[in-house]
Amino acid sequence: MTDVTDHLKGDRIWTWRTPRHRLLLWAGWLGLVALFVWCWGVMTKGTIWAFVCDAPAQAADIGGRMIPPSFGYLPELMGPLWDTLNMATLGTMLGVVMAVPVAFLAARNTSPSPRLLRPVAMFVIVASRSINALIWALLLVAILGPGLLAGIIAIALRSIGFIGKLLYEAIEETDPRQIEAVTATGAGPAQVLTYGIVPQVLPAFWGITVFRWDINIRESAILGLVGAGGLGLKLQASLNTLAWPQVTMILIVILGTVVVSEWISGTVRRALI
Amino acid sequence: MRYATTWKRPPQIIKNRRLAVALQVGFAIWFIAALATLDLDWVRMTEGWSRAVRFAQGFLSPDFTSRWRDISRGLEESLTMTLTSTVVGVAISIPIGIGAARNIAPRAVHAVCRSIIAVSRAVQEIIIAIFFVAMFGFGPFAGFLTLTFATIGFIAKLLADDIEDLDEAQVEAVRATGAGWMQVINYAVQPQVMPRLIGLSVYRLDINFRESSVIGIVGAGGIGATLNTAIDRYEYDSAGAILLIIIVIVMIAEYGSSYLRKFLQ
Amino acid sequence: MLDLQGLIKTYKTGDRAVNNVSLSVPKGQIVGLIGPSGAGKSSLIRCINRLVEPTAGRITLGGTELTGLAPRALRRQRRRIGMIFQEYALVERLTVMENVLSGRLGYVSFWQSFTRRFPPADIARAYALLDRVGLSDHADKRADALSGGQRQRVGIARALAQDPELLLVDEPTASLDPKTSRQIMRLLTEICAERDLPAIVNIHDVALARQFLPRIVGLRAGQVVFDGSPADLTDAALTRIYGDEDWDAMRRAEADDQAEAREALATQDAMAMA
Repeated sequence: MTDVTDHLKGDRIWTWRTPRHRLLLWAGWLGLVALFVWCWGVMTKGTIWAFVCDAPAQAADIGGRMIPPSFGYLPELMGPLWDTLNMATLGTMLGVVMAVPVAFLAARNTSPSPRLLRPVAMFVIVASRSINALIWALLLVAILGPGLLAGIIAIALRSIGFIGKLLYEAIEETDPRQIEAVTATGAGPAQVLTYGIVPQVLPAFWGITVFRWDINIRESAILGLVGAGGLGLKLQASLNTLAWPQVTMILIVILGTVVVSEWISGTVRRALI
Repeated sequence: MRYATTWKRPPQIIKNRRLAVALQVGFAIWFIAALATLDLDWVRMTEGWSRAVRFAQGFLSPDFTSRWRDISRGLEESLTMTLTSTVVGVAISIPIGIGAARNIAPRAVHAVCRSIIAVSRAVQEIIIAIFFVAMFGFGPFAGFLTLTFATIGFIAKLLADDIEDLDEAQVEAVRATGAGWMQVINYAVQPQVMPRLIGLSVYRLDINFRESSVIGIVGAGGIGATLNTAIDRYEYDSAGAILLIIIVIVMIAEYGSSYLRKFLQ
Repeated sequence: MLDLQGLIKTYKTGDRAVNNVSLSVPKGQIVGLIGPSGAGKSSLIRCINRLVEPTAGRITLGGTELTGLAPRALRRQRRRIGMIFQEYALVERLTVMENVLSGRLGYVSFWQSFTRRFPPADIARAYALLDRVGLSDHADKRADALSGGQRQRVGIARALAQDPELLLVDEPTASLDPKTSRQIMRLLTEICAERDLPAIVNIHDVALARQFLPRIVGLRAGQVVFDGSPADLTDAALTRIYGDEDWDAMRRAEADDQAEAREALATQDAMAMA
């Protein structure tokens, strides 16, 4: 005879997860905590706690000096703002030009040689993604001298990885049936690309480009810190002379620019969907 | 019947022909104006060419040994900073993220949490780092605070968006059993959001490492400070070594995080 | 016209999708290819234009052997074979006209196709074909703005734009409702008759195959197990192709279906006359 109570006999008591699973989970959390404590110790061994305790006073001091912002400084910022916008836009364009071929080499379904060229393209993407635009700018300023060009190239080099990665993923997600249909007409490889693949990835391409442009506006605003021109250059100068009201003004301009560019990018991307 | 022998693709985005022409002309004018402001210094650039060659050589034959002490210290700072800031940042993000979700938090809490997120996202890491260095002094502690602050904006926003998107039916079902607010979070929200939260945390760990290599430039510790020094001293072979280390660690982090995310789910 | 000799396709996984198929299709004949899912229908027709590379066997189209051709020569032969797909496989984000013109890709240079400057004769032909399939007003619409039946008509126009000598048709009605399915099948048979085109039509709907196609080939596990007219397609034959099933019940449903379709067409004709 089988009834419900049968299940209460024996060892069928419901527990949340198996004992082994729970043990592993606890061990995992414990390991994480231990690792955190150890890392904390290593990280703070050189920290001067007196400075840390002093921080609220420092913050209040700086905060006091920063207000009110120096609005008289605003006209002087228009030139650097123009430079910043150009740097971001030209950098994005240059980045796109370099990223598109890389993406097609990296995508599994379009790469001409999956064994040889695909790993190279993947390395270019990873290398570009791991190195921040600020570091690229640091190097390029040392090589090319300070100025907008270093900033543009830095932005472009950083954009390759971002655009390349998202674009190659979009290429790999294309509908293979549409590509098959174009192939079946007797089209050559270049025609399959322009008729079968490009129309499918074009919306993604514009979305990615505008998205990266928005990020590049933020990045280019600070590249001046290492000498690549634009608003960051003014920020660096004001920080060096401890001109806090000017710093506030610059931050307001940067914030305004970021908000506007994010709005533009959001609108364009929504329109594309 | 005779059929037309010409066909032109109709404009897809901007239907108005005049507007399209105006936009193209405007773009051309901007492009020329922007290039004109570049102000290229050819003499300086030709001088720089030899440096570029030296840097390329440094990248191809990196020198790990002569500055190893600096490099290892920078790496140690970067890695510890990355882990601690991610852990603390995620821990703080969870209440803020829950508070910022419109469907489970009261209106006032929602507004406060959303503004914290907005501030954290609007300001670049490097600017935050400048302020934290001014307040807390040079070193990795300022870097830790910077990355924590940036992590809050990132994780809390995505977490809040996730909670807002989650399946209302499951929340309703748990609420219908008479569960309290904490129980709703624990039984209906957590199971749905947890896998993604773990994925995001691992992803943020990856981002924090990359950022930790940058904020050193303004004095917040880490491998970025070492790199900055190496470039300032024109030691391109050491700089090449540092860049290669960063690339390798990011690659490991990327493959590791995708593996870890698969394992945890 | 088309001649298959001992065609075999073995996938890397070891699955033998097509197993020693020999088949010959004379000019002007439409062959329906039926069989259960996974019987290799789709692999078989893709082997013919080598979208799927056959493992062994010979394919000859009008005296030209297709197996073993180099890429460029293969592309030239693919122009002679029009293909119509399940779920249309139009390039969704291109206009209807571009989709039809893409049937000419094998004839024009890359540059001509890239700039959309097709020869005037190609454009006139594309308009004529759109008119033939009843879509002359939709040339400038984007393909994803059309209904299922309309999209399949564009697919037919694209295949015909190639000026093909053979049509390969893969489940043309898989995602269409019964009435539209019949309209598409009628259009296909009419067009083949007009141009004396041979065609191979993969179709899982036995009723539809019976109604429209003069010759039916049954495929099971990659092998031809039936080849004859719809009249020969007895219960025994169906069992050989599909395995045991209550064919009587199916036939009754089929009869209902046909009656319904006739009715629908009758009303449509009445509306057209009014």
